[in-house]
Amino acid sequence: MRLEILNSGYSLGTRLLFAFIRAVSRHPVPDAARLVFYRPDFYGARMKEITHEAMRGPSAWSVADRELMAALVSKANENAFCIAAHTATAARAHDDEAMVAAVLDHLETAPIEEPLRATLRMLRKLVLENTVNSNDMSAVLAAGVSREQIEDALAVCFAFNTTNRLADAFGFSMLDPEGFDAGAKYLLARGYR
Amino acid sequence: MSTEDRKRAAHRALVARILEGDGRAPRDQRRSAFDNSGLGEPLRTLIDKVAERPTQITDEDIIAAKTAGRAEDEIFELVVCAAVGQATRQYETALAALAHASGEGGD
Repeated sequence: MRLEILNSGYSLGTRLLFAFIRAVSRHPVPDAARLVFYRPDFYGARMKEITHEAMRGPSAWSVADRELMAALVSKANENAFCIAAHTATAARAHDDEAMVAAVLDHLETAPIEEPLRATLRMLRKLVLENTVNSNDMSAVLAAGVSREQIEDALAVCFAFNTTNRLADAFGFSMLDPEGFDAGAKYLLARGYR
Repeated sequence: MSTEDRKRAAHRALVARILEGDGRAPRDQRRSAFDNSGLGEPLRTLIDKVAERPTQITDEDIIAAKTAGRAEDEIFELVVCAAVGQATRQYETALAALAHASGEGGD
C-alpha cells in the first residue's frame, strides 16, 4: 500500500495473526482486511461493525443480494479491487456468475426481480451523481421495496463508498482469482468482523 | 432500538470518533478533510481526489503530502476523514430523500 505504516506498522499480535491467516488460507491477507487492523481505535474497529451489520446483520435483503449491491456500488465507483472481491462473493452466494455479470454490465435487462433492480438503479445514481431525490425514492418504494429495505441498501452503499475510496487512495494490491475466491469463501463464512 | 436506528447510530459513532477523538492530525484539519473544504495544497488536491475522483489518486499525491512534512499517520487520518465525509454526504442526502418520499416532509 502507498503508506508504509499500512504495510509494516502493525503490532506483533496482528503480525502473528496475518502470518497465521496466510498459512491457513495459503493466500496473502487482502489489503482490505489489513487496513481495518491498522490503529483500529481510529477507524477499523467501528468500520468493521458498520460493514458487518450492513452486510450480515438482520435485513429483509439476503446476504447474496447485499453482496450484489456491494459489487454494483464498487462498479459505479470503478474500484477494481472491490469489484473483483464482491463479484466473486456475490457469484458464490447466488451460485450464479452469469447473473452477477449481467447485473453489473446490463442492469436493465439482467434476470433479477424488479424490487432489487429498482434498488440497484437508485444506488448507482447516488454513487454516480452524488445525489438522489424524493422522486427516485418514490420509484423504489413503488417497485415494492420497503422503507427499511431502502435504509439497509443505503447502509451497504455507505460502507462501500468509504472502502472504495480508501482502496484507491491507499492502493490496495489486486489478488489473483484464487485469492479473491478464497476471500469470498471467508466473507460468506465469517463476515466482516 | 430498530436495526435501522442501530445502523445510523454506528455511523454516527464512527464520524464522532474520527472527527472529535484523539488523533495525530489536528481536529480542524480532520474536519476540513471530512468537508473537503478549507485545506491548503498539497493536501487539498489529495483530499479532493479522495472525495470526488478517487481513481485518479497517484503515488505522487501521497508523496507530495509527505514532502510537505505530513507524517504518514496524519495522511492516514485525513484520507479516512475525506472518504467517510463524502460517503456520509451521499448517505444523508439519500436518507433525507427517503424521508421526504415517505411523507415526512423536509428535503
